[in-house]
Formats: sequence, C-alpha cells, structure tokens
Amino acid sequence: MDITEREVLIWLNSLGIGNSNINKIIDDFNDLREILEVHNEQIYSIENIRKEVKEKIIYNKNKDNIKRMLYNIEKHDINIITIYDENYPKRLRYIDDNPKVLYTKGTILPEDSLGIAIVGSRKATSYGKWACEKFTKELLDLGITIISGLALGIDTIAHKTALDNGGRTIGVIGNGIDVIYPKKNLSLYKEVGEKGCIISEFPLGTPPLAYNFPQRNRIISGLSLGVVVIEAQEKSGSLITAHHGIDQGRDVFALPGNINSIFSVGTNKLIKDGAKPLLEIDDIIEEIYELQEKLSLNKMQKKTEIDYSNYSETEINIIRILEEEPMHLDAISYKLGIDIAELNSILTILELKGIVKELSSRVFTIC
Amino acid sequence: MYSKINTCVLQGLNGNIIEVETDLSRGLPVFNIVGLADTSIKESKERVRAAIKNSGYEFPLSRITINLAPANLKKEGSQIDLAIAIGILKSSGIISGFDIDNTVFLGELSLDGKLNPIQGALPMVIAMRQLNISRCIVPYENKDECNVMEDMEIIPIRDLKEVVDFLNNEIRITPYIRQKKLIDLNTEEHLLDFSDIKGQASLKRALEVSAAGAHNIIIIGPPGAGKTMAAKRLPTIMPQLSFEESIEVTKIYSISGLLPSNSLVKNPPFRSPHHTASATSLIGGGRIPKPGEVSLAHNGVLFLDELPEFPKNVLEVLRQPLEDGVVTISRTSASLTYPAKFMFIASMNLCPCGYYGSSLHECTCSQNQIDRYLGKISNPLLDRIDIHIEVSPVKYDDLQKDNNEERSSIIRSRVKKARDIQLERFKGNRIFTNSQMPTRDIKKYCNLTNSSENIMNLAFERYKFSGRTYNKLLKLSRTIADLDGEEKIQDKHILEAIRYRTLDNKYWG
Repeated sequence: MDITEREVLIWLNSLGIGNSNINKIIDDFNDLREILEVHNEQIYSIENIRKEVKEKIIYNKNKDNIKRMLYNIEKHDINIITIYDENYPKRLRYIDDNPKVLYTKGTILPEDSLGIAIVGSRKATSYGKWACEKFTKELLDLGITIISGLALGIDTIAHKTALDNGGRTIGVIGNGIDVIYPKKNLSLYKEVGEKGCIISEFPLGTPPLAYNFPQRNRIISGLSLGVVVIEAQEKSGSLITAHHGIDQGRDVFALPGNINSIFSVGTNKLIKDGAKPLLEIDDIIEEIYELQEKLSLNKMQKKTEIDYSNYSETEINIIRILEEEPMHLDAISYKLGIDIAELNSILTILELKGIVKELSSRVFTIC
Repeated sequence: MYSKINTCVLQGLNGNIIEVETDLSRGLPVFNIVGLADTSIKESKERVRAAIKNSGYEFPLSRITINLAPANLKKEGSQIDLAIAIGILKSSGIISGFDIDNTVFLGELSLDGKLNPIQGALPMVIAMRQLNISRCIVPYENKDECNVMEDMEIIPIRDLKEVVDFLNNEIRITPYIRQKKLIDLNTEEHLLDFSDIKGQASLKRALEVSAAGAHNIIIIGPPGAGKTMAAKRLPTIMPQLSFEESIEVTKIYSISGLLPSNSLVKNPPFRSPHHTASATSLIGGGRIPKPGEVSLAHNGVLFLDELPEFPKNVLEVLRQPLEDGVVTISRTSASLTYPAKFMFIASMNLCPCGYYGSSLHECTCSQNQIDRYLGKISNPLLDRIDIHIEVSPVKYDDLQKDNNEERSSIIRSRVKKARDIQLERFKGNRIFTNSQMPTRDIKKYCNLTNSSENIMNLAFERYKFSGRTYNKLLKLSRTIADLDGEEKIQDKHILEAIRYRTLDNKYWG
C-alpha cells in the first residue's frame, strides 16, 4: 500500500495540526512519509511541539486511517491542493506562513491570479453597499476575480455582485469547507462553489471559531494583487486583512468615509497610515502593474454618457438634479414641484431602465 | 297568579328573547329565580325588592318564583332587572290591562327605582326587531343608541314608577323617533389633521393610497421620522362609516361597554393596543368571550406601533383575521364569532437601537441583532401587507418651513371618490374595497395593456418579486387608478404601485 508525501501532509492537516507545527515537522524529516515509519521516540524528540500534538500523531499513525480519510474527502466532492501540487496558487506560495493544504469547492483557474480582495465590515451601510457594488462591477469589467471572505455584509455584497454580473469570485472561509457559516449565506455559498471557488485551509468539520478568521484573512490578501477595504469599524477583521496585505507586499486601498461615521473609522485610519484612498477605479489600476498590462489588452469600457433625447423633460430634470447629489424623493418633489404620485412612477421607470437606483430609504442616485 | 314578560340576553352579538315568567303563590315568603341565571341576575333579587319598595309599591308577601325561559340557555346581564320587577308587579295586580306580549323590557334597576343604562342595548334592539318585536322599553340614557331601527317603538324610561304609570295608561310617553339625518357628515371635528405633518410627501401619498383601497400598510424607519404621527392621522382621511357599517361597529362597542355617549359610532374606529398586549386581548376572549382589539377595529384601523416589540405569538394570531375578516373564539361556555374586518397599519424600526438606515445617527447594533429583530416579523404576516414604505426623519429646517400642507378633508374627499368607485364596482359582491378583491376577479377588473405587461416583466426581473406580489401589485394599481378616476390601469399606476413593493427583498428575503 503506497502512500505519497502529499497524502501524509493532508493527513496531518486533517488531524487539526496547525500550520506552524506542520512546518516544524517538515523541517525535521527529509520525507514526510518517514513519520509513519520511525520510532515513537523520534517523534517525541521533535522540538518546540507540544506533547499532546505528538501524542495525537502517534495515536493516529496508521496507513489504513489515512486511506479511509482520503476516501471520505473524495466522497464529499471536495478538491485538495497541497503545497506539493503544481496548481497551488502561485501568489499564495510565496507568502509567509503559507497554508500547506487547501480544501476547495469549485476550481481555481489560471486567470484567478489576477484577483483583488474586497473586504469590509459585516454590517454594511447604504454608502458601503453602493461603493462595494460600484467598484466590484468596475473591477469585473476589467476581468478581475473578486476575492472575499463569504461573511455577511460587504463580503456578501461583493460576491453577489460578482455572480450577478457573471464574473469570477473566490470565497475564503474560516471553517471547514463542509460547514456553512453564516447559515444565512447557504445559497450564496452554493453559488460561489458552482460558479467560482470556495477555499479553506481548515480540515473538514472545523467549526467557525473566532480565531480562525484572522488566520484565513492572510489567504484572502495572499491570493490577491491588492486589498480594497470598503468599510471597517475601529476594530475590524478587515483591518487584519489589510495588515496581512501590507506584510505580503500587496497594495492596500481604503474607501474614505465621513469622519463621524463609526463604520469608516477603520478605513480612514488606514488612509492616515498610508493606504491609498480609493476614489475611483483608476486609483487601483495605477498602482498595480498587472492590471495596466491587462488593460492595454482589453480597453476599458468608457462609461456611456446618458443620451438625453430619449427622455421627457421631467425625466431629464430629475436626472440632472440627481447627477449633482443623491436626493430624497420628497426633496426632489419639493425642488421640481412634481406631484409625489407622478414622481413615484417616473423614478420607478428610470430605475427599471437602469438610470437611477434607490440608495437607502427613498434616497435616489444616478447609477 | 302568573305573568309573562319579555326581555333579552346576548350571545356575542346575537340577541335571544327571554321570557320572564312570574308566579306568586301562597306559602312562606321566598324569592327564587330559576333558569340558568348567572350571578348578576341572582343578585337582581335584592335590587328588584328595594326598587319596588322605594318606588312606593308593596312588595308581595308570598312565595315568588321567577323562571327564565328557555331554561337551557345560560343568561347573564343586569338588563333583566326591569322585566323581573314588571313581572312581579303584574302578578300582584299593580299593572293591569296592558298588552305586553309585543314589548321587550330592558333595564337595570337601582335601589331607589331609577333605571340605569345597560351595555349592549343596540344589538339587543336590533335582534328584537329581527324577531318581530315592535316595542322596546329602554333606559333613558340608551335611547340615542337604540333608535336606529325603523318600525321599532323605543320608549325611554327614567324610573320604575314611570313604567308602571305608562303601562297603566296614566301617563303618555311619546316613542322616541329615529331622526332621519342621524349621521351628520360635517359635524365631526378631528383634533388631528394631516396638515400637522410637515414634509413626508411620499409617506402621505402612501397613506392616501392605503386608505383609498383599505390596503394594509407597514411604515419602516428610524425614530423621529413621524411614523406614529402619520398613522394616528390616518382615520382623518378615511371616509366616514356608512349607516350599515356604523351599526356593525356600534353593536360591538355597545356590548363592550365602550360607547361613551351611547350614540352611534360615526368615525372609523382607530385602535392602537400597546405592545404588551396579549394574544387574548387582541383576538378576544374571557370565560364568556368578549370582542378583542381586532373586532373593536372592525371597519376601522388596527395600528400596531413598534411591531417587532410585540411577542411573536401575539403577531401570529393576526394572520387568520387578516385573511377571513372574522374571528371565532371558542371557550367552554360559548363559541362566538365576531366580525374583524380592519385595515392593518404597523410601524417599526429596522433594529433594536432604532437607527439602522438613518442618515442622521449611527446604528450600533450588530448584523445578527438586526437579523433577529427583523426575523420576528414572519413572512406570512408580511405577505398580508400590501404597501411597504420607508421613511426618514424630517430635517429641522423642514419643520420650520410653512409649506401649506394639504388638509385632511381634501385628501378625504379624494379617498371617498375612490371608495365610491369601488363600491360601485363590487356592488352585490359583499366586497367593498380593492384590497378584498378575490383572485378570480383580479383578471376581470385589473386588465393590463401591453406596455404595462412589459413594465411588469421588467420589474420582476429587476426586483426579483415573488409570484404572490403580482396580484398585490395589480390590486394596488387598481386603487391608484381609482384615485385618478381612470377606468383603465395605466403605466404610471403600475409604476407607482411597484414603488410600494421594492422593499420586498431589501430587508427580508
């Protein structure tokens, strides 16, 4: 019965042995397979690993166990990519503390190497939602893969926008790939798995423990060319992703917000610390060489100017007024002197045509 | 000596004739009441005895037996006092020669012989009329409430002596005649008015549409947006009750003892129970079931402020009355059906702290808290609400502005016009408003033009509406077209209706 080094690695990971411990084990043995053959004494003599971990290895060290475990994973329709594999994401390979084993649902494509991470708080304000949708769409137009964390809020909006526009998206999660968290995202989880890819470094069945999430954030930034932080409170996991990004040499972009908004404290601070304020999509393109290359290949679509000839005078007035700033329905009615019943229907038709959209409660803006 | 007097007891809103049979016979003086009488009737012995004595008549010293027939029906209510007293007086010969077969006696006695007003006088009188009784003797204070039936002589009486004199033909009492112009449309002054609300034009418009078609509405927004203020003013733009509606409402209020002036209820009732209300107080109940808030809101408005603060079980009981327009309450002693056809208004914040979605204030709730808060409102309940509208607070500047806001009376006249169109449309169908339109009729009354169909298709793609929303949109468009006085639903009507449904997938979904 033959066992490859790759399989031993997967087995160690599935025992729940952390990345740093696996690193130490790899350093200690020339070939990982030796760990199954050597005397227990030698395992005990590995330095800097807690005794319980060693005992776990010794207790579980059985080739049949390993085969059974691998069979189990196969059954679940889950792919595994290890550091020994060719298709291990290139960018991820060179980060500090790179994950040794990745469980994936869906496939990672070569073009996913052109990816940008979009992260933010679990609770999105209407401003954050709007900005997230806007920049996600513009990045998708460039053919970029959107990478995020499949959490609530900004993450969900980023993934959803990507899927709705037929783009590629990768979700990196902080629990076992067979565990769905948050439960609310079940359908999103399925869709990303089908049309994009879900990645986890945690063995099957790992619950969504709080300390898993900072850890998975390094994969989000590691997979991408740059990290965009849409909204973050003062202490936010998104900031951890940004800091991982900085450590890994990625460009970090932050969406500026009102200084009195608690949802923009984190992003504004990032800008103060040197992150690039994200005002328009060009801010990202300027910084990332790979994107400029790509851009020269497929010219970015210029935003088409609104052709006014097709609209009535009232409609044009409304569009003009909204081009200046987003405005509440009542205020539009007051300013233009249009009856609310009529305005209701005009705004609906403009929304159906995709010219305007509702930002938050009855506040409208140009798309 | 034997006598037989008619009176009435209620079961729910239905009245039954009760025959009070009195027999005086020789023997030890005792006073017995038989025939499943409840405590309030058993106690009437003492009231009757004192009232007869204090009115200057002699209380007969003999064996008195009162039988309340039919003997198998449980009876309650103090209105039987008068009939018992008259029975005794007739048996002892003090009253003579008067045909009392076709007369019903209602009234509670006080010890000095005065007649106290009773609860439920109107439903009793109406029931008696249906049972071919043509004369009612009622306490003076109840006369305004009672005189709504034609062909019914209402004789208002102040005390026992007056009845006896009247029955002995010693005095004349002119029957109280129903005044033709009972419901005066213009006298009713509301303290509240729509013009009190500054700005909020879209909210006002939504309320107008909702009143025009009796569509249920939910108002969502942060504190200070004027949700409660606007909802409280909704009755001022609703058309006044028709005579039939008014009687239905008055009956319910009469048996609940909630008629302050003992006259007809003219305005649509507005009920806003506090969120600590129990399911029973909302639906009705008690040993002998009394109408609850949903019935008291019949033909009017039930307003639940801060909807998610209501316990979930309380909200879920609303589902059936919202659908059927009636509630049936079963208890061991009785199973009664009360009407409960009301317009439902709810207001709510989007999160426990209230500020989610506000542009003026930060919300400090976590996403989970928000989800849990919204989760208290179940989808079946939301499905029964036609109009969803979000509001945001008015800025201080707007409050200062004097914009000459429209007065309620002007809005009401538009609503009335739209309601009249609907009454005409559904004539003879036992339906009064567009919101009650059954699915099979939707095709008949809500025909769409080709371009409207296109808009619908676009909207379904854009907003991902569910199939159920389709019918709601049609009904809403029908109401908006009625407000416009248009016979055909046009594009703009559909488009406006869509605006009231775009929240569908925003917070729940």
